[in-house]
Amino acid sequence: MNSLIDIRGLTKDYGRTTALREVTFSVPEGSIFGLIGPDGAGKTTLYRILATLLTPDRGTATVAGLDVAREFRQLRTLIGYMPERFSLYPDLTVDENLHFFASLFGVKVRDHFDLIAPIFSQLARFPNRRAGALSGGMKQKLALSCALIHRPRILLLDEPTTGVDAVSRSEFWGMLATLREKGITILVSTSYMDEAARCDRIALLHRGRILGIDTPTRLTARLGDPLYAASAGEMYPLLLALRGMPDVKDCYTFGATLHVVADEGFDPDGTETALRRQGLADVRIRPVEATIEDLFIKLAQHED
Amino acid sequence: MKTSENVISVRHLTKRFGDFTAVDDLSLDVRKGEIFGFLGANGAGKTTAMRMLCGLSRPTSGSGTVAGFDIVRQPEDIKRHIGYMSQKFSLYGQLTVRENLTLFATIYGMPASDIRRKADEACRALGMDGVRDRPVRDLPLGWKQRLAFTAATLHTPDIVFLDEPTGGVDPATRRKFWEMIYRASSEGMTLFVTTHYLDEAEYCHRVSIMVDGRIRALDSPAGLKQQFRAATMDEVFRIVAQDARRT
Repeated sequence: MNSLIDIRGLTKDYGRTTALREVTFSVPEGSIFGLIGPDGAGKTTLYRILATLLTPDRGTATVAGLDVAREFRQLRTLIGYMPERFSLYPDLTVDENLHFFASLFGVKVRDHFDLIAPIFSQLARFPNRRAGALSGGMKQKLALSCALIHRPRILLLDEPTTGVDAVSRSEFWGMLATLREKGITILVSTSYMDEAARCDRIALLHRGRILGIDTPTRLTARLGDPLYAASAGEMYPLLLALRGMPDVKDCYTFGATLHVVADEGFDPDGTETALRRQGLADVRIRPVEATIEDLFIKLAQHED
Repeated sequence: MKTSENVISVRHLTKRFGDFTAVDDLSLDVRKGEIFGFLGANGAGKTTAMRMLCGLSRPTSGSGTVAGFDIVRQPEDIKRHIGYMSQKFSLYGQLTVRENLTLFATIYGMPASDIRRKADEACRALGMDGVRDRPVRDLPLGWKQRLAFTAATLHTPDIVFLDEPTGGVDPATRRKFWEMIYRASSEGMTLFVTTHYLDEAEYCHRVSIMVDGRIRALDSPAGLKQQFRAATMDEVFRIVAQDARRT
């Protein structure tokens, strides 16, 4: 598959702060590529460079073969960019915002309306409401509609689901899958590790560096160490006790259980018995599949 | 359960803005030392409910107490006996670590004689002695967050309200933060937490889920999973919140 975005050795500093360090990856055309990382990882800097709003200190980035620093004029019509902060005009109505963005790109709203119809139809009830008066979920749908109105080849989404509840987040990812089927390439960033599984490929970004790039499944296989889920009647004492057990490399909370990263020699049955002897009730330790979040915790600790 | 053990006890709280009912007939008890997860879809009314509980907004109708004070008649007393932290705004970036601690302790009405000593102790406990005179804006996000929690709890409130305290934070830091919550709870503090991370809902003693201004589900995570025949809190949330009309 052709790559639509190619990034080579991208580096950007703000004074003494490193925002991006030697970042290299490419995004295959027609795929959803996820940039997974916490606040401060460098995600927004990367987006600003790709959206031609910021120039890198070193390295190159091309989108559809066009250089982001030199060929930004041609490039801008190929990109739909949805920044993290609300990017619309709050004093314009829903319809006015959509028409404004269409006219910026020299298209009519009806030209590509098929693309946004499933998203925009949910706003159809209030065409004359000011954008600033919309709820969070509706603002997000309007911003996405405006970013798509000129039918870009690539959609750049910077943390579209931050602060959004789990049901709306899931709906949003459903919309992205539909857009991919219509041939749009999507680069999306998130700090929710569970969203990684909805991407074709992901890059884990931490403090300006890439910790790993692959499909979500192949990336989680890299954890290497045996992983167990542990539970007991009292979870906090269990956490403290497990950290003192032999062959336990790391232990941290993970939803309703604790995750135990173990050495090969770890004995789950023996550990259960030992914990019971310490007075913990209902102790259970069983092997479990790793997730992206487990991998991120491990790789980020290596960096520290 | 005796009422004296409830740090929050409210009945039929309702808040209307014009013809819009943001919070509709909210009744709730939260026990001392409990980690209470306050979940809900966007627009469900969580923020409005929390503002009433913190004494920042007067209910249209209903009654109750928070930290032993009446939410209608004694909102100023409530403000001094709670702590509040949100991810969006909790510290002054241009002030130093120590100045932030001192400022918040003063605002919460701590005696001046205690503030110095407690602030020094806190810097040590946080491992921030070396940076105590540095502006907070220079600190890594995870440090800021732990500092914000300490600033909100230095005056040892009965209850601390945490509004999405871990948004955008990396997974390891998020977990360190929850260990602070566990510790505070084991020392008897009550924690009232909102979050969009549903794995964090599993760490709470009890969880409520708000939909369209009303509490639709309230139980321990295990109880909720059983009630809705779900494997995780994520599934529970989806089942309860799927028919939300406000988004």
